[in-house]
Amino acid sequence: MRRFLRPGHDPARERLKRDLFQFNKTVEHGFPHQPSALGYSPSLRILAIGTRSGAVKLYGAPGVEFMGLHRESNAVMQIHFLPGQCQLVTLLDDNSLHLWSLKVKGGVSELQEEESFTLRGPPGAAPSATQITVVLPHSSRELLYLGTESGNVFVVQLPGFHTLEDRTISSDAVLQWLPEEARHRRVFEMVEALQEHPRDPNQILIGYSRGLVVIWDLQSRRVRCHFLSSQQLENVSWQRDGCLIVTCHSDGSHCQWAVSSEPQQSKPLRSSIPYGPFPCKAITKIFWLTTKQGMPFTIFQGGMPRASYGDRHCISVVHNNQQTAFDFTSRVIDFTVLAEADPAAAFDDPYALVVLAEEELVVIDLQTAGWPVVQPPYLASLHCSAITCSHHISNIPLKLWERVAAAGSLQNVHFSSMEWPINGGTSLAPPPPQRDLLLTGHEDGTVRFWDASGVCLRLLYKLSTVRVFLTDTDPSENLHTQGEDEWPPLRKVGSFDPYSDDPRLGIQKIFLCKYSGYLAVAGTAGQVLVLELNDEAAEHAVEQVEADLLQDQEGYRWKGHERLAARAGPVSFEPGFQPFALVQCQPPAVVTSLALHSEWRLVAFGTSHGFGLFDHQQRRQVLVRCTLHPSDQLALEGPLSRVKSLKKSLRQSFRRMRRSRVSSRKRRPVGPPGEVQVASAKVERTGLQNMELAPVQRKIEARSAEDSFTGFVRTLYFADTYLRDSSRHCPSLWAGTNGGTVYAFSLRVPPAERRMDEPVRAEQAKEIQLMHRAPVVGILVLDGRSVPLPEPLEVAHDLSKSPDMQGSHQLLVVSEEQFKVFTLPKVSAKLKLKLTALEGSRVRRVGVAHFGSCRAEDYGEHHLAVLTNLGDIQVVSLPLLKPQVRYSCIRREDVSGIASCVFTKYGQGFYLISPSEFERFSLSTKWLVEPRCLVGSAKPKNHTRPSNGTGPEKALARARNSGNQSDGEESCSPVMEKALLSDARVLKEIQSTLEGDRG
Amino acid sequence: MNRSFHKSQTLRFYDCSAVEVKSKFGAEFRRFSLDRHKPGKFEDFYQLVVHTHHLSNTEVTIGYADVYGDLLPINNDDNFCKAVSSANPLLRVFIQKREEADHYSFGAGTLSRKKKVLVTLRDEGLRRRAHLDIGLPHDFRPVSSIIDVDILPETHRRVRLYRHGCEKPLGFYIRDGTSVRVTPHGLEKVPGIFISRMVPGGLAESTGLLAVNDEVLEVNGIEVAGKTLDQVTDMMIANSHNLIVTVKPTNQRNNIVRSSRTSGSSGQSTDSAASYHSLPAPHVLQNFHPDEMESDEEADIVIEGALGPPHIPKTQAAPPGSLSRANGTSLAHRLHRDLALHGSGREGNGSIHRLLSSLKPDPRQSLVLPQGGVEEHGPAITL
Repeated sequence: MRRFLRPGHDPARERLKRDLFQFNKTVEHGFPHQPSALGYSPSLRILAIGTRSGAVKLYGAPGVEFMGLHRESNAVMQIHFLPGQCQLVTLLDDNSLHLWSLKVKGGVSELQEEESFTLRGPPGAAPSATQITVVLPHSSRELLYLGTESGNVFVVQLPGFHTLEDRTISSDAVLQWLPEEARHRRVFEMVEALQEHPRDPNQILIGYSRGLVVIWDLQSRRVRCHFLSSQQLENVSWQRDGCLIVTCHSDGSHCQWAVSSEPQQSKPLRSSIPYGPFPCKAITKIFWLTTKQGMPFTIFQGGMPRASYGDRHCISVVHNNQQTAFDFTSRVIDFTVLAEADPAAAFDDPYALVVLAEEELVVIDLQTAGWPVVQPPYLASLHCSAITCSHHISNIPLKLWERVAAAGSLQNVHFSSMEWPINGGTSLAPPPPQRDLLLTGHEDGTVRFWDASGVCLRLLYKLSTVRVFLTDTDPSENLHTQGEDEWPPLRKVGSFDPYSDDPRLGIQKIFLCKYSGYLAVAGTAGQVLVLELNDEAAEHAVEQVEADLLQDQEGYRWKGHERLAARAGPVSFEPGFQPFALVQCQPPAVVTSLALHSEWRLVAFGTSHGFGLFDHQQRRQVLVRCTLHPSDQLALEGPLSRVKSLKKSLRQSFRRMRRSRVSSRKRRPVGPPGEVQVASAKVERTGLQNMELAPVQRKIEARSAEDSFTGFVRTLYFADTYLRDSSRHCPSLWAGTNGGTVYAFSLRVPPAERRMDEPVRAEQAKEIQLMHRAPVVGILVLDGRSVPLPEPLEVAHDLSKSPDMQGSHQLLVVSEEQFKVFTLPKVSAKLKLKLTALEGSRVRRVGVAHFGSCRAEDYGEHHLAVLTNLGDIQVVSLPLLKPQVRYSCIRREDVSGIASCVFTKYGQGFYLISPSEFERFSLSTKWLVEPRCLVGSAKPKNHTRPSNGTGPEKALARARNSGNQSDGEESCSPVMEKALLSDARVLKEIQSTLEGDRG
Repeated sequence: MNRSFHKSQTLRFYDCSAVEVKSKFGAEFRRFSLDRHKPGKFEDFYQLVVHTHHLSNTEVTIGYADVYGDLLPINNDDNFCKAVSSANPLLRVFIQKREEADHYSFGAGTLSRKKKVLVTLRDEGLRRRAHLDIGLPHDFRPVSSIIDVDILPETHRRVRLYRHGCEKPLGFYIRDGTSVRVTPHGLEKVPGIFISRMVPGGLAESTGLLAVNDEVLEVNGIEVAGKTLDQVTDMMIANSHNLIVTVKPTNQRNNIVRSSRTSGSSGQSTDSAASYHSLPAPHVLQNFHPDEMESDEEADIVIEGALGPPHIPKTQAAPPGSLSRANGTSLAHRLHRDLALHGSGREGNGSIHRLLSSLKPDPRQSLVLPQGGVEEHGPAITL
């Protein structure tokens, strides 16, 4: 057996394989799962997000993205950019500090971890003594001030993380300078705030949790003045000129204190509880920002009345008698305000509020009246309603693209017109080679169209199918219809909405024809909608047809959900995809497969009971076929009616739990791709044994026809091929089931001129029962040159060679266990590749992909891209079914990741690494979409803080400059790095130049 | 008894390529010689034996004593070739009339009783054992067999379960577990797959060849080491029509203890995995012909049109290869072929494979085909 599998060592083929195949995980799209920290660099204009799994992600201008992973998978608690440098420091929940830097290598920047450090206290000290609560990177760029739970402030020097013990600001030292009445309150208080004086780097502010705030002079090592509040301190903001301090407190109040030469301020200038008088929650963070116009902005998090609005996640903006409490859809992790970056400028003039919530990033335009939301070009919340399916279409014609984008732009009118304010760095990635769409179906009955051409996954258009149906909730009922004088002035922002009105609305299958603009969408309650792209708003009725898939099967009762009730009469639709026909399957089981042929105007759909064919030109049902086995009771009674399926759903929920548990570890770096991890399997298994569970056992039994769900239709396929005899080809429909049966129907489609007059006819031509009875997951017809048949209308649009109808066609049936090629029209087996018998893995996803060579411009081959239940990705050649390459891609336990995988037509793919993130991978050497970007290099000499008036244009220009120099840098950078790291003298020199610059 | 040889006599023939054959039928002996490297075909050998013993018109079975003194059958080219090449120095051949032959002496599933059989055989000239009147093997459908005894370590057992056409369920369960292996670093615990339960009345139980807590080492020639329980389950189910499992029985007392260990040509030792894995790969798989894997593969059923009555298999002309094959193959093979033909009526699929793979070059076999005449790179042979 094995001798036949041994790859023929043909060196030419091996070389060609290297030119064709290559595995890379290129970019993560979407919103980071479980974000835990936010950082922003005003000078770089780059945003950083840390996650609970230890990832750091940096975002600048669209296309500028970096990702770093801590070796430890601990949660990132804080992120701080070092002022004016391409470096950042992260604090993890194990109290370790990590220094990261963006370094230019080969013309592009890379994010690298430089070093890490854990603060050690004197021997015998309590662990809380060194538990870091606040980090202040000093503007001198070489010092970090670390506030701790013990109340001491430690100083470490960068790089190298040398602790400067003589500079430690101990709470005792602070205490000396305080009068008697302030002393008694200092016991066990931790440092809550650390800030540098905005103008004088020799002064820092230290806020303690018991309400004491001191301004410490670093040179004379004494308290310049102190402020004593009666409430627990939460955070502090220091006005730009250093003359005013604003503190916020746990009782929901904030206070202003004047900074003067007087050492003690016993009373604040002003104090208010914005949402009083009833008890309020704490204000946890506050910004006090000045403007040219005079009225300052006060922006604070929390402070809502405890009893009535204590569960809201709010950030309030107060400016010039306007006050809005932005109400977020999920917990606010952190926020920052984008303001004037130059410290010498007189005013802050804030222009945008950036809020990192648990499930989405929201940016609010503070310059435009009404404070509208800015649409982010990245970090889209893919999961605003849970993703239920996805569909990828490569190489969209420009015309369709523009129409979809135009329909989408009409939906985005409520967004701010402000340019995306976070625009640091330059993307050097070549423009995307083609226009690609990724369609995601969601639980709430929507389909989202994402621009998946490049690094940024951008929402183009959102389609909702809800309007077609009558649902319990009236769509006109709006949650945020509140009166003018409502208090607090809440305003809901964000798109995350995980609650679906009706689970039956969920989208299960999508099929889009990119040439005709026809779209078929099918859902949980057996509904199949056919839609057409219309640039105008329209009001029309949706034609309804019922497909009785049980036909004459008697005595069965569906115990699952009822079918959806469709709206009678005309429904108004906005411009975009508008439904014109609705097929409802009876029983209303989940639609499990869908195919659309836009040239023949036919839609095929399948459920666990059978499949049907619908003529959407004549709006008429052509064919219904029941695939049930008489003994298959389970399929008939609905999803939750029997113990067995209950068990299954329990198992699924356990899987979900386990997944959420393991997902926190998902980012742990895995071995080199392409290596199948036998070792990890062993570790897992020994791990299992250590748990000493009752042994799990598996029954070894051949599948029989009586197994459940054999009638489940897994795949549908249209082909123009030789089904009946080898002289005449005809349209055909192929259907594959879970029980290893393939049905083939020959179709008679009337010619175009009589298309409306004559009915489409279908006649069963063949039925193939695979004896291994494994579920059929893919059907494909290869033409006379062994090339897969083109998509409908592809030839008409001159985008594909017409198929070879001279030579004999071949049928490829892919089951979960085997690949099998049959001759046509006589279905006799020609070749096969047994996957499961040899490896124990099963096919989960299969797609045909064209692999272009990275060397020869016009050379390419069609092959099958296969994902197995072990998470491996393989390429199997066509038509000889020889395994080509194999890479491990997804962890085998990641069931939802494997289930969510889609392949593109050019050897790329996507899968969900969390509910909100798609990982993009590429099997091709030619089609590789990955971020390549450059961030202004950290050359201290010419890197000053942007002077007044430095806009994004200038920053961009600077980045470009360094981009041009990159060639030169590339050659000398290793030497420079070495010098920088090793030579203390060089460091000193750099420091002195820095100081000179600033002085 | 007969086992002592004159050294001089044996050495005389050892250098040259001739193999001395001592053929015994009843009390009669015949001596002749064969070419060690070119023994020829079994058919020819059979004719030669029948001729030398003047036994024409009588069906006979031929057996030989291997280096361990076990009685093994000669009934096809493969085991004939093995018999000649392993003869050390003398090939002792035993002839029995087929109607008289004790069918338990060779064939599937009888090796565990070989010692006894051999004793019977040696005394056969003096007292004939009363035997049951049982039909010929080809009247029965095999349900299981122990295969590849000659190449496996004694501690292992390779069992083949024929589910084809059998109404019984396979009937066993597997689980995860640990086994102890001898490694260069001493004893080591490694994860393994074990049989956890037998279904009463199932095929697995009824064969008596598998037992609870037997460790599963291979499934159809593929090692299970490093594979998960689910993977092994899927492999077994995918191969369920012709499942070959190599196990290390938990009860090692029923193993065949071979008598003349000193001559141990294969150098196999008793400890399980270490020695087992040190076997060269082709050796492990040498008796695994793709042929066997495919032989009773069930063919898919194709129904033409919607009019015909369901589930009537489409008949197809016998492939041209099947006739030429019948000559060179063993009884067992023919048996499978018949079964496959009767079972599904159609075997279009894989018939080309079978033809080609029956011509598979075997290093120990001198076929008419030159070595490597048919290589695996032919475009049609992809399994």
